[in-house]
Amino acid sequence: MKTVTVYGPGCKRCETTEAMVKEAAAKLGLDIAVEKVSDPKSIAMAGVMSTPGISVDGKLVHTGGLPDATKLEAWLQG
Amino acid sequence: MSAETTHPLRPARPDWLWHLGVAGFILLWVLIYRQLSPLAETLTALLPIDRHSHTGEAVAFFLYDVPKVMMLLMLIVFAMGVVRSFFSPEKTRAVLSGKREGVGNIFAAGLGILTPFCSCSAVPLFIGFVSAGVPLGVTFSFLIAAPMVNEVALVLLFGLVGWQVAMTYLAFGLAIAIVAGFVIGKLNLEGWLQDWVRDIHAGTAILPEDEGLSLVARYRLGIEAVREIFSKVWIWILLGIGMGALIHGYVPEDLMVRIMGAEAWWSVPAAVVMGIPMYTNAAGVIPIVEALLGKGAALGTVLAFMMSVIALSLPEMIILRQVLTLRLIAVFIGVVASGILAVGFLFNLLF
Repeated sequence: MKTVTVYGPGCKRCETTEAMVKEAAAKLGLDIAVEKVSDPKSIAMAGVMSTPGISVDGKLVHTGGLPDATKLEAWLQG
Repeated sequence: MSAETTHPLRPARPDWLWHLGVAGFILLWVLIYRQLSPLAETLTALLPIDRHSHTGEAVAFFLYDVPKVMMLLMLIVFAMGVVRSFFSPEKTRAVLSGKREGVGNIFAAGLGILTPFCSCSAVPLFIGFVSAGVPLGVTFSFLIAAPMVNEVALVLLFGLVGWQVAMTYLAFGLAIAIVAGFVIGKLNLEGWLQDWVRDIHAGTAILPEDEGLSLVARYRLGIEAVREIFSKVWIWILLGIGMGALIHGYVPEDLMVRIMGAEAWWSVPAAVVMGIPMYTNAAGVIPIVEALLGKGAALGTVLAFMMSVIALSLPEMIILRQVLTLRLIAVFIGVVASGILAVGFLFNLLF
């Protein structure tokens, strides 16, 4: 099972991103664990400078802005 | 992208259709924009009010300015969204981390305009910069320029006051960011960061290259920027222009000249102090600015007020409190406020 981490201090886009991740996983029928990191210190430690950021199994795949739906599915499957 | 998934529900439009669409949109935009003034007059004439009464003045002002500002904003925010897709905080950090102070401050202020930035990620960005070896003063230049010199402020100044004032604002906004950052750097205040900030080493994760972003993907980012800005500022624009319309129609001129005219030297510091707790974005404050100017308030006083509202906002200070000590925040406010004061006085002297 993949662990997907969404980095974001709690702005609207971060919540949308989290919802998009869950939605994409449901659509693909993947069983994933979604983790939300909102502490600015931890966000910085992960190397994310513009939120929202997404990492899959500890590997950062995206930062800044909403992710592209097609790419998001590719990250979840890849 | 190896995995090209096709969406049966939403077939991808061919690229040429996008380019055509963007070109068509710009053409349509120009055509409508040129008709706005007669349109507003026609609409005002339809209402049962005297065009030359206070109410008539206010209504005509409102009906012309609202669509004008909305249209300018849509075009420029879209364009900036496309331009910003070529920049990222990571690239900006890479540029700045090797720079010395001075040159670094100039680069940082310039990149502050072009790099996509949201004040909600000010803290991770701050840590990311500082721990990658970007000097503190250079980081501040970035953090001052990013909110203060933004396309929303410039568009509104351009649309409502005139291009000269917009350019002046751009030049002095950049100058304050550069000088204030430089001064803070010279003060060597690294010890005034919160303890944990100095110890941590932010990760420098390397993202898969995004260079291959297609032009269509950049259009989409531009559209997303328009949607986001509009959802945030439309209410402020309506309120601001509404307020401006009232001032335009009703507030007597000599009162404003006495309170905010160039003669009243104390009005500049008063404007700066008043601006700090006020939290609104450029959109909310500028229509008021225009109306104040139209009624004889001094340009320097008004610009100082505007810069103070936008660049020194209480919510941003509270966010930055997580990484800066109160002493450092006080210095930050002090240096930036002095810069704004200087600009205000200078303007009142010159114009």
